[in-house]
Amino acid sequence: MVSRVDTPSDKPPKKPVVETKKSVVIRFAGDSGDGMQLTGTEFTRAVAIAGNDIATFPDYPAEIRAPVGTLAGVSGYQLHFSSEAIHTPGDAPDVLVVMNPAALKRSLAELPRGGMIIANSGAFTDANLQKVGYQKNPLEDGSLEGYRVFAVDMQAHCKNALEGMAGIDFKEVSRSKNMWALGLMYWLFNRPVDKQLEWLKDKFKKNPAILEANLRVFKAGHAFGDTVELFHETYQVDSAPMEAGTYRNVMGNQMTALGLATAAVKAGLPMFFGAYPITPASDVLHNIAKFKNYGVTTFQAEDEIAAMCSAIGAAYGGVLGVTCTSGPGFALKLEAMGLAVMMELPVVIIDVQRAGPSTGLPTKTEQSDLLQALYGRNGDSPLAVIAAQSPVDCFATAIEAVRIATKYMTPVVVLTDGYIANGAEPWKLPDVEKDIPPIEVKFRTDPNGYQVYGRDPQTLARAWVRPGTPKMEHRVGGLEKDFLTGMVSYDNVNHQKMVDVRADKVLRMRQDISASVVDGAQEGDLLVVGWGGTYGALKQSVQRLAASGKKIGHLHLRWLNPLPGDLEAVFARFKKVIVCELNGTSKSGGQLWRHLRAELLVPALHYTKVQGTPFTTAELGAAFEAVLRGEPAPSSLKV
Amino acid sequence: MTSANAPQPPSPPAPSSPGGNGLVKLTRKDFQSKSEVRWCPGCGDYAVLATVQRLMPELGVPRENMVFVSGIGCSSRFPYYMETYGMHTVHGRAPALATGLKVARPDLDVWVITGDGDSLAIGGNHTLHMLRRNPTLKVLLFNNRIYGLTKGQYSPSSEQGKVSKSSPMGAVDYPINPLQFALGCQASFIARAVDVDKGLYEVLQKAHAHKGTAYVEILQNCVVFNDGAWFDIRDNKDTKPKAQLILVDKQPMLFDGGKKGIGFDRATMKPFVIDLAAEPGRANEVLVHDETDPSGSMAHVLAGMSYPEFPVPLGVLRRHTRATYEDMVWAQNKKAAEKGVGDLQKLIYSGDLWDVK
Ligand SMILES: Cc1ncc(C[n+]2csc(CCOP(=O)(O)OP(=O)(O)O)c2C)c(N)n1
Ligand code: SF4
Ligand SMILES: [Mg+2]
Repeated sequence: MVSRVDTPSDKPPKKPVVETKKSVVIRFAGDSGDGMQLTGTEFTRAVAIAGNDIATFPDYPAEIRAPVGTLAGVSGYQLHFSSEAIHTPGDAPDVLVVMNPAALKRSLAELPRGGMIIANSGAFTDANLQKVGYQKNPLEDGSLEGYRVFAVDMQAHCKNALEGMAGIDFKEVSRSKNMWALGLMYWLFNRPVDKQLEWLKDKFKKNPAILEANLRVFKAGHAFGDTVELFHETYQVDSAPMEAGTYRNVMGNQMTALGLATAAVKAGLPMFFGAYPITPASDVLHNIAKFKNYGVTTFQAEDEIAAMCSAIGAAYGGVLGVTCTSGPGFALKLEAMGLAVMMELPVVIIDVQRAGPSTGLPTKTEQSDLLQALYGRNGDSPLAVIAAQSPVDCFATAIEAVRIATKYMTPVVVLTDGYIANGAEPWKLPDVEKDIPPIEVKFRTDPNGYQVYGRDPQTLARAWVRPGTPKMEHRVGGLEKDFLTGMVSYDNVNHQKMVDVRADKVLRMRQDISASVVDGAQEGDLLVVGWGGTYGALKQSVQRLAASGKKIGHLHLRWLNPLPGDLEAVFARFKKVIVCELNGTSKSGGQLWRHLRAELLVPALHYTKVQGTPFTTAELGAAFEAVLRGEPAPSSLKV
Repeated sequence: MTSANAPQPPSPPAPSSPGGNGLVKLTRKDFQSKSEVRWCPGCGDYAVLATVQRLMPELGVPRENMVFVSGIGCSSRFPYYMETYGMHTVHGRAPALATGLKVARPDLDVWVITGDGDSLAIGGNHTLHMLRRNPTLKVLLFNNRIYGLTKGQYSPSSEQGKVSKSSPMGAVDYPINPLQFALGCQASFIARAVDVDKGLYEVLQKAHAHKGTAYVEILQNCVVFNDGAWFDIRDNKDTKPKAQLILVDKQPMLFDGGKKGIGFDRATMKPFVIDLAAEPGRANEVLVHDETDPSGSMAHVLAGMSYPEFPVPLGVLRRHTRATYEDMVWAQNKKAAEKGVGDLQKLIYSGDLWDVK
């Protein structure tokens, strides 16, 4: 059914019925220039404030300026909001808002039959249809039979709304259709508009003409729903039962930056943040550059090598050194990370992973830097590697990294990924005094008995001595050093001792790892093991099967090096273990899978995917059920 | 909530009195570390080390505030021999480490030790960006026109045709002139000195006094792999007076015992040599050195002069004061602090909030 009602009828409109839904997944998709990310984030804010649980998945086009109207230029934003606790942005949309034929073509396969399509029919021109290989207009040729399609010429409506406004040209009319779509969504999902009007007023307070245009168009979109008898029902998603508290809607990169600034204050340490821009990590730099009043100094370096090195230089100066990048930049930092291992200085290295190898798919997510983080340096060069599992968790992970780095005098790698970096979810704000413990940092100032590589017996950390401390002048560097004095040493046995102690120090961090927590069944047939940003999808899939009585549990690892000491015991409680991650192939297995097999000799199964998108709960569910039936785990690649 | 973490450059641990640990004035010996110096006998690096160690007690800086940062190379072993704080880092990256350190700790006196390979090959990019940013770092470039540590391959400053282990038929690469490169990167201070000459001491003194990056090219002899690389200007008593133009600020550019001077032809925009013995009447044409000339145009001319067409300028070619990187960074940090310092509650409770009861 395609409804095409572009002129309001004369009859007074019937009020549509309000249908209550538990959860809805909307995908906004359009050309990169159509402002879909903005529509998505604005609507996310609206539903978040209304108390829904939310999860989002912005899907950026790979090319910054792909030709208009092409598949390569489609930008999408998926929002899942619910009256129940949710952990993923949803496998498939219920509602698809598409601004052009390319957007429809890219998303249609994922829309289940019966799903709603709201299409900007004005953009379904012959030229645009041809660009993506449509012979006929799908809005007219009956091919969308089975979907609920609403074809609206949004552009024409914008033009009407802006009629008579001075100084508004065609470009602005065209650009405002995302606000129109937003207005319609507010109507369709029964959201009060006052807040949105306030935000617009605030956002455009310096430009009254643009403000006026946006207000008019937004209201027109909203009124459209009211005045045409197009939609027979609107939807209501009630607020989710959330823990009492104050909430805020946050994204992963923002949380990484907030976590770092918080850690700096909690440690009473100034922080030096050196970085070179790279997708999808740049937002951490952008965010933290605003935190100069939290003791953070930011440095946009000439490349990732310099970013890493400047952080080490700062760390030698007694300041917390931090750097942030994505895969290709991480590769450039590796040599200097080895220096930080050797000099035993606290540095935090954040890798917001993206699809590789090489430049790969810069805007798409992947978890394929794990082995690079664990082993990607010359020599035996162990360091701590931890991973964040959700946008909100980036906060705690960043703080943990700072705590470990300063406690053990070591570089710490934090792995996040493009999916959690840009995904949003509600954050229950912590009490900064009570909920976040201080980070204790000590500088040694007593020259008596000082040895450069003298160590704390419990942590094996050497002392942090700031230049400027009298009578403690000392040199550090990349050459192997004497076990105690820190003088250059080429002694062969000494080298073995130093390699051992650097490795032992990392193992000592197990003191700081809490007991592994399994979600779902505590023992039984299948343990699902994951790490990083796949947390939500794995949790939801396992919970669903566990609720139906299957003996399946989920273990999600924050610590990748060292691994928690109790893993063997946990694995032993299950007949089978399957390791799921966004890297590797169905033949070769994934990276954590290899790491676990190497470390623990566990005959684990694997389930991997590298399509630039997160796992869907449907594919995970199917895989787990197959394994539970005793079949091999299927490949994620549907050919 | 206020925090102890005010955006001030971190306050240094209480220093001892300038020039020393405690009340006793330090001497050269106090700057000699226990590490045994491991350069080849006769290496020019020894002379530089001795000069630096002689200079240190005179600078009025507590020893514990000195940090030497180096890359990799024979010359980059330098920090191990100094009884100061120091870092021997990765090949080519010392400018990046030193910039991070200086920005994090502007109170420290940071020196960078580097070689022609370290600074101009693998580290060329970092050298460029250090110079344009202008943090207060004293950079000592040990230019021996060879890779010493890796046992004798040609370097970016080796002359064309250089026969070395990696260029048995002669290097085809055109060489780089470090000071021209530095000027192109807007270096605020450039100078040149010979490892064994006494001019080095004064150049380093001036480099130390400079606010901003001071880039000092030291013509250093590698006895083992490139002996005589600076023969005319360093070793040969006969040519030395003709090959060295010792620059003195606000003084005429004379050399060869005052018998010759440097003039400048405005028509061709080129320098020329004036033989004052033959034409004493042209003394008024001799250029007067002005190391602080803000335009730096004569510094470009001087940096481009090479022997035997011209004498090689030694001393300070350019000294120009502009705001330093660390000062500008901290000015911003302080400005940001006007918004309120370290209030975590404010940081976390910002944006669009909603309450769940
Ligand atoms: C990443 C890396 N590449 C190569 C080397 C090998 N290497 C060490 S020093 C050096 C060249 C040193 O030449 P220079 O900087 O001129 O210093 P010199 O030894 O002459 O003082 C090279 C190529 C290294 N240590 N690290
Ligand atoms: S190889 Fe050359 S530069 Fe290196 S220590 Fe020996 S003489 Fe000096
Ligand atoms: Mg050299």
